[in-house]
Amino acid sequence: MTSDNDRRRGLLARLRGRPAARSRGRRRLGAAVRLLAALMLAGGAYTVFAPGVQAQDNPPLSGAAAEGKALFDVSCVTCHGRNAQGVEGRGPSLIGVGAASVEFQVGTGRMPMARQEAQAQRKPEVFNDEETRQLAQYIQELGGGPVVPEGANLHEDANIAAGGELFRINCSQCHAFGGGGGALSSGKYAPSLRPATDRQIYAAMLSGPQNMPVFGDNQITPEQKADIIAYIQETLKHDQDPGGFNLGRYGPSTEGLAIFLVGIVALVFASLWIAGKS
Amino acid sequence: MKRRKFDMAAVPGNAARGVDDRFQVATPLRRLLNKVFPDHWSFLLGEIALFSFIVLLLTGVFLTFFFEPAMTEVVYNGSYAPLRGTPMSAAYASSLDISFDVRGGLIMRQMHHWSALLFMAAIVVHMLRVFFTGAFRKPRETNWIIGSLLFWVGFLAGFTGYSLPDDGLSGTGLRIASAIMLSIPVIGSWLTSSIFGGEFPGTIIISRFYIAHVLLIPGLLLALISVHLGLVFKQKHTQWPGPGRTNGNVVGERMFPRYAIKQGGFFMVVFGVIALMGGLFQINPIWLFGPYEAWVVSAASQPDWYVMFLDGSTRLMPAWEINIPIGDGYVIPPLFWPTVVLPGILVGLSTLYPFLEARHLKDRKSHNLLQRPRDVPARTAVGAMAVSFYMVLTLSGANDVIADKFQISLNAMTWAGRIGLLVVPPLAYYVTYRICLGLQQHDREVLAHGVETGIIRRLPDGRFIEVHQPLSAADHDGHGALEYGGWVVPKKMNRLGALGPAIRGFFYPIEKPAEAPVSPGHPPVEPRAEREEIGSGERR
Repeated sequence: MTSDNDRRRGLLARLRGRPAARSRGRRRLGAAVRLLAALMLAGGAYTVFAPGVQAQDNPPLSGAAAEGKALFDVSCVTCHGRNAQGVEGRGPSLIGVGAASVEFQVGTGRMPMARQEAQAQRKPEVFNDEETRQLAQYIQELGGGPVVPEGANLHEDANIAAGGELFRINCSQCHAFGGGGGALSSGKYAPSLRPATDRQIYAAMLSGPQNMPVFGDNQITPEQKADIIAYIQETLKHDQDPGGFNLGRYGPSTEGLAIFLVGIVALVFASLWIAGKS
Repeated sequence: MKRRKFDMAAVPGNAARGVDDRFQVATPLRRLLNKVFPDHWSFLLGEIALFSFIVLLLTGVFLTFFFEPAMTEVVYNGSYAPLRGTPMSAAYASSLDISFDVRGGLIMRQMHHWSALLFMAAIVVHMLRVFFTGAFRKPRETNWIIGSLLFWVGFLAGFTGYSLPDDGLSGTGLRIASAIMLSIPVIGSWLTSSIFGGEFPGTIIISRFYIAHVLLIPGLLLALISVHLGLVFKQKHTQWPGPGRTNGNVVGERMFPRYAIKQGGFFMVVFGVIALMGGLFQINPIWLFGPYEAWVVSAASQPDWYVMFLDGSTRLMPAWEINIPIGDGYVIPPLFWPTVVLPGILVGLSTLYPFLEARHLKDRKSHNLLQRPRDVPARTAVGAMAVSFYMVLTLSGANDVIADKFQISLNAMTWAGRIGLLVVPPLAYYVTYRICLGLQQHDREVLAHGVETGIIRRLPDGRFIEVHQPLSAADHDGHGALEYGGWVVPKKMNRLGALGPAIRGFFYPIEKPAEAPVSPGHPPVEPRAEREEIGSGERR
């Protein structure tokens, strides 16, 4: 009986149920459901038809960035997650790190990492310059961030003496006076600057990789960065070591080793020789 | 005109006679020149220190001609381009000038620094020789104390010299020194401000260190060295026991000519080694450190090696700060213990060691004969303990460089140092003690049973026995028991003359090996007959 009656009535009427049996509670529930449906309809229609603020900031990726995304999805996604949002306990989000960071990390072979450890090490690069540029473009288009200026030589006409002073104030605490690097806590370290190119040093200063602080353009101006790079490239790497073999430029520790291994050993042999002549 | 023939050969004699007529020096000089010195290579280690001190004086005088000990600020305009236009102290600028603009200045600076390192190294090596052979015993305790003082005065000389160039590294060292002085309870702040003339760094410290480094400390060193050598003269040198050598005589070579010529030659060798190191190895590249500024600290800032143990003890010290609630509150910083108390204990222990040992052994006799380290295992083991303690501290002083270059965690290095400082010395004591006993036992075994001949004999019943050459006639047991004489026991047949002597020569034989004497019982061994290779006959 009831089913026959229901079939004859309209859809809304059927949803509403029997008019005679409607209690106050059901009436209220029905009103809430209708309100919700209406809101969803309005919101959905707005989302579909009105172009949002978000959508304007997300134009389709450029060609290079799309290539970069393809590389990212193969090599980086395990730790940095989909759309470079990061994976808890594995890799940080890359939104906003900028092309400078990618150029440093990928260009020096530090990324992709060999394993999770205190710090990523410099190793032969996995990606060539073109691929690195594409990855950098992808990360740049995802969230923006600092970018290294164009050109391979970033220290033309720079002031080496000023760079030396800046280097000693800002860099030598960790990278040591000779740029050979130094130890940090818990297996972390400041790497040697010897293999670094102009762009890598610049990128490192901009992005503050691993344990390095960020030296943004408002802390060290681009001109000062060029001075520092000039000091590293022209003085530290090309110093002629006028005093002879530099003992690795490790300071007094290797000098102490040398006086025993060379000086004392030679003179003990000499005294053996002289005392043996009788 | 009659020409008198000039007799060249008579000139030295006539001159000497002339001198003696006027000054009457022949008798005392004869005594001096005939003084006998025992000869052993280990007695030359102290001379290395003496000779490097002479090199230090020579090169140091050269450096004073060009060094300007002032902290007035100048703008560098010398020939080292990367620092041109940088404001710096006059001391640092003149050190740069010595390195780059003074002819021969860099090698002089480097020789000065290397000979300073060698001076301290030779002092330590010489001190170890004296310690391990018991040469410090009565009557020579005074000379031991003077020797220990020489180390600490040399330490001060090195530290003041390290501070003079006023480069980034030396300023860092000076800052640490001022912190150490500040950590001394009650007097610390007064001491620091009186030395620095106010707050660190002030404007006077370089001038003060300069006069200490070129006048006061070298004067003190010179005085101590003179007394040290004078006492060696007066008390005579110790000697190793051996045939004809007793506690009451000295067997060796006369001072003149042989000993003096040898010493002169050895001085040349020391000078040569220092000059080579100064020319070949770069030391203390002050131009890379830059001028000292309070905000400049480089990684791998270490003191020279002989100070490094204090750096190490500081690095290993846990941060235990003692707060004493008196008045406004009083703090003894943790730095006080590893840098003031520890060296204080070390100075006290090392200086008093001769008396401690004599008291412990109730030994009041005079000793002019040396002891082999193995014969006094307790002392040798204590020495090994001290050396390993010092080594752990010194390595910890360089632990950041070691951590970085060998890719070890710095935290692990620190903990290895902390645990090692407590564990390694007792271990070294035990191991050394056992090694000494083992060596002693082997000496006694050779004295009782003879030298191994290398001959294995098979007896008719099939047993194998090892043939020994007894060192003395056998007594009724078949054993010849010889007394141990405190000197090397021959352990090889060629030392007994039973085989040919060992081939002489330093790196290559300088003479043909002598023919081995043939004992009557054994016919000489014929060389094996030449045999032709058996081949297939096809090749010719």
